Amino acid sequence: MKKRIMIVLSVLLMTSLVFAACSKPSSNQPGNNNNKGITTEGESSTPGDTGGNATQELRYNLHSEPPTLHPGLANDNVSGGVLNQIFEGLTTIGKSGKPEKAIAEQIDISDDQKLYTFKLRDAVWSNGDPVTAHDFEYAWKWVLDPANEAKYAYQLYYIDGAEQANTGKGSADSVGVKALDEKTLEVKLVNPTPFFLELTSFYTYLPINSKIAEANKTWADNAGDLYTSNGPFKLAEWAHNDKVILLKNDSYWDKGTVKLDKITMTIVNDENTVLGMFEKNELDWAGSPIGALPTDAIPSLRDSGKLHSQAAASTYFYKFNTTEKPFNNANIRKAFTYAIDRQSIIDNVTQGGQFPATAFVPPSIFTENSKGYFGDNAIDQAKEFLQKGLEELGYKDVSELPAITLSYNTSEGHQKIAQAIQDMWTKNLGVEVTLENSEWAVYIEKLHSLDYQVGRMGWIADFNDAINFLEMFRDKDGGNNDTGWENAQFKDLLAKSSTEKDAAKRAQLLQQAEAIFMDEMPVLPIYFYTNNWVVNDKLKDVFIDGLSNIYFKWAHFES
Amino acid sequence: MLKYIGKRVLYILLSLWLIVTATFFLMRFAPGNPFTSEKRLPAQIEANLKAHYGLDQPWYVQYGEYLVKIAQWDFGPSFKYKSQTVNQLIADGFQVSAILGLMAIFIALAVGVILGTIAALRHNKWQDYGAMIIAVAGISVPSFIMATVLQYVFALQLGIFPVARWESFMHTVLPALALASTPTAFIARLTRSSMLEVLSNDYIKTAKAKGLSQSAITVRHTIRNAMLPVVSYIGPLAASIITGSFVIEKIFGIPGLGSSFVLSIGNRDYTVIMGVTVFYSIILLLCVLLVDILYVLIDPRIKLTGRKESA
Amino acid sequence: MEPMLQDKFKLAGIKHQDADNVSRSGLSFWQDVMTRFYKNKLAMIGLVLLIGLVFMAIFGPHMTGHDYRTNNLSQKNLAPSAEHWFGTDDLGRDVFTRTWEGARISLLIGVSAALIDLLIGVIWGGIAAYRGGRTDEVMMRFADVLYGVPYLLLAILFMVVLGQSLTTMILAMTITGWINMARIVRGEVLSLKNREYILAARTLGAGMSRIMRKHLIPNTMGPILVTMTLTVPTAIFTESFLSYLGLGLSPPLASWGTMASDGLPAIKYYPWRLFFPAAFICLTIFAFNVIGDGLRDALDPKLRK
Repeated sequence: MKKRIMIVLSVLLMTSLVFAACSKPSSNQPGNNNNKGITTEGESSTPGDTGGNATQELRYNLHSEPPTLHPGLANDNVSGGVLNQIFEGLTTIGKSGKPEKAIAEQIDISDDQKLYTFKLRDAVWSNGDPVTAHDFEYAWKWVLDPANEAKYAYQLYYIDGAEQANTGKGSADSVGVKALDEKTLEVKLVNPTPFFLELTSFYTYLPINSKIAEANKTWADNAGDLYTSNGPFKLAEWAHNDKVILLKNDSYWDKGTVKLDKITMTIVNDENTVLGMFEKNELDWAGSPIGALPTDAIPSLRDSGKLHSQAAASTYFYKFNTTEKPFNNANIRKAFTYAIDRQSIIDNVTQGGQFPATAFVPPSIFTENSKGYFGDNAIDQAKEFLQKGLEELGYKDVSELPAITLSYNTSEGHQKIAQAIQDMWTKNLGVEVTLENSEWAVYIEKLHSLDYQVGRMGWIADFNDAINFLEMFRDKDGGNNDTGWENAQFKDLLAKSSTEKDAAKRAQLLQQAEAIFMDEMPVLPIYFYTNNWVVNDKLKDVFIDGLSNIYFKWAHFES
Repeated sequence: MLKYIGKRVLYILLSLWLIVTATFFLMRFAPGNPFTSEKRLPAQIEANLKAHYGLDQPWYVQYGEYLVKIAQWDFGPSFKYKSQTVNQLIADGFQVSAILGLMAIFIALAVGVILGTIAALRHNKWQDYGAMIIAVAGISVPSFIMATVLQYVFALQLGIFPVARWESFMHTVLPALALASTPTAFIARLTRSSMLEVLSNDYIKTAKAKGLSQSAITVRHTIRNAMLPVVSYIGPLAASIITGSFVIEKIFGIPGLGSSFVLSIGNRDYTVIMGVTVFYSIILLLCVLLVDILYVLIDPRIKLTGRKESA
Repeated sequence: MEPMLQDKFKLAGIKHQDADNVSRSGLSFWQDVMTRFYKNKLAMIGLVLLIGLVFMAIFGPHMTGHDYRTNNLSQKNLAPSAEHWFGTDDLGRDVFTRTWEGARISLLIGVSAALIDLLIGVIWGGIAAYRGGRTDEVMMRFADVLYGVPYLLLAILFMVVLGQSLTTMILAMTITGWINMARIVRGEVLSLKNREYILAARTLGAGMSRIMRKHLIPNTMGPILVTMTLTVPTAIFTESFLSYLGLGLSPPLASWGTMASDGLPAIKYYPWRLFFPAAFICLTIFAFNVIGDGLRDALDPKLRK
């Protein structure tokens, strides 16, 4: 009798397993056959593939579900990571790292640098429709239309009338973008904007097939006939939360350059899992720029020579709340800033080969900033500043300082850095600091409402220019300031720079502004980011630009 | 019986309403909103967005609209994942989580009841200790450690199973085992302890005295009566297991409902939070109802409407 | 009674309210329980283990001269050695010291959460089942509602309103923790309350609280203890999950749960960072379980010989 129950139970168990297996019968493992001799069963070689030839199928991981694949709605690097493969703007960041002509064949810039005329090349959408100047005009005005809720609309504010249109103070008709004919696009800017051609490669500036979009509001919701794009690849499948599949776009104007036939972008969130999948040849890439490598794995990956690194135009820093004691005092802020051994944090905690930041704008923008404004780990100076600050605030010694809390949003990385810095402050300045970790939304609200003392933040450049870093501290109440700091001279310099046409002079103005910023020290720079990744040895020519955008246009597998 | 179930369904609706109401206010009181981000939006745009989603309306208007929408089973679009509706997100995620969850529950029930029964019948013999050591091991290893260790040993070291993702039967084995480990152990222990309870009852002794075989006693009298605590445990557990586990789904890269839900709370994705909560609550409440009905079927001594005494 | 009969019968000295008292004399209930508990070898092992763990939680952090928070970046990720018995972590802190510092927090959270769950759960489930009817309905539906509301939202609000601290953490853990206990107690009581001996007790005039204490709770002790010993690990794991989401303790304070989840990615490279906290979680839970089982057996009135 007991046996019989066992039998019944095990039969039930078996059926349940079979049932489970049947419900998801497809095991279409993408893979390339020639990878270190490991093959997965059920893997078929591509037709026309001869012996030693590599299958041009890339298995990449996206880290998380792209919130949208509508270029106008995207405001995150995951969506950007897909859009950069399937769309192409007027310009694109080429292998030189500088903007190159893409859909634009010819670009004319007026003397006052405020009028751009783009001549478009003969390019078509993936359904055969021609890519016209109207598609750009439509796309940009669509982004600016307040009804469309584009969160990155402000990326277009350099265009004349854009801000007014977006905030409802002006009409779409007065926006300075106009299709003069099918192939000519004219753009009027508010100020001379030396980085404008970089902006036109950014995903908010991508074109949209206006014929389809006008007829169908939901064209970008799923892969299918309605989803047309004009880039090296096209969207073949979008299984939400699971994977995105891209295929080579045969109607792309430069299709001869594109070698990959297929890109499968899986959506796996856990960094350790992703690295494991890479190690078992389930993926061809693990790590940055979309996602990251687990810190504990980095030393051994570096030792084995597998690790690739590249500097990124991003800064990791702490903000001070300058409206409250003791950080209303610049000397105290300086003392805390100087008393950190950044190199040691990089070597021991983050371990990703980052660069110590003793300036705010990354060295990829201001090369001088690799040296910075002060010395790393300058403990003696820090102590002097502390002494001065204490006197100014009327404290006898550090024990009289109000209780100090260092806040950050929860993530293993932030937590480790915060603990290291807490320890350094205790050792070097004799200050006791409490750590406070909060859930993301709670943390951001705290920063925005100045309900903190020292708080972590990272800034990833939207475009490769110093203004992108400095302008967030222009106004006390500005969106991303969060420090309560404002400085008339700083403001003035930024204003001057925005009308300056000469690139060198403009850079000088911005550097002067940064110097003031670093003297007042409303933020504490820690390091400049690097992208770290591991990649299948056979995969070549993947390009990552200075802003950490990844491009697979030129990528291919070597046999 | 039907009358009882009808009444319970009414209670379920009432509970749902309470849950929706409580969730609505919890969401509003929690700091942050769906548009909270590292790069803050210009105030004007944020205001536009809020107006578009009706977040600028007084709370009772928003609340009323929510109730109407929910009554129509339309949870609206996700705030964060613009191209997905919440209904679609739940449907996609639940498909995956439910399969994984059912596998896990099955493993847990089968292994747990067998282990527990063996342990009880061989009380204080080596079989008892053996089964309980397995059970204790199952309970004492947290699921995130269990999942990582299973993945490390069977996928990364031995290469028997794929590391992650949800593609074929082989992909489901490790996550199902990881998900089943704690409930298996729990069920084994509950079964053991209530079996022991039952075995000492007079009617078992009577049955023995009548000369019934050990296995007949076990099946006809003991297991049935010992299942009560297991049933009351498994009800809510089933609801939470088939709606997905954040940790397991994250470690094995599975596109299930559990991870979507935790992410939606972090994102303050109001519509997703509400939709998944309602969906989860319905499953939970149905499971609880099922448990109460099963109680009666298993143990005839329990009356469904214990009402007469108090009324 | 009629006077005639009164002559013929004599009260045997038992008062009316004691009519239900049919306990045997000799060993008191608790003496009996303890004797049987001490005889259970496995339970005794568990007890010794638990005492050992508590001892180490008290004295462990002071045994090596290292403290749990000072970083020593040049000594990071060292394997166990004479200097660092359990090795060091990624900030060069002594894992041995941190393990016992973590033991304090994990044990405190586990035990207090379990006790609070027990208290609320038994009272709630017991009353609901015993009263039955509308009371039962209302009480259990309340539990359903609480179970249905997203726990994380509740926890987030708890942290925001009460501030992040150990107490908040424990409270947050018990918001929904007791529900399982209440369900199980209710199920058991429901099945017991119509049994003959309960009916008999009631007929003999015992009140609700007496029936609960003397009959229902002792008879549901088995499942209650098992559930309770399982709340301890649940609380320890929930704590690490909450910490993972940023709702937990602020470092450098650590619990076993947070140490283990920190050590997880290092499983391949520095396994000791995972092994020690994980091993002590397992040992603790093992101890609680066998003690629970031992108590269960010892308390069981039917196993009395």
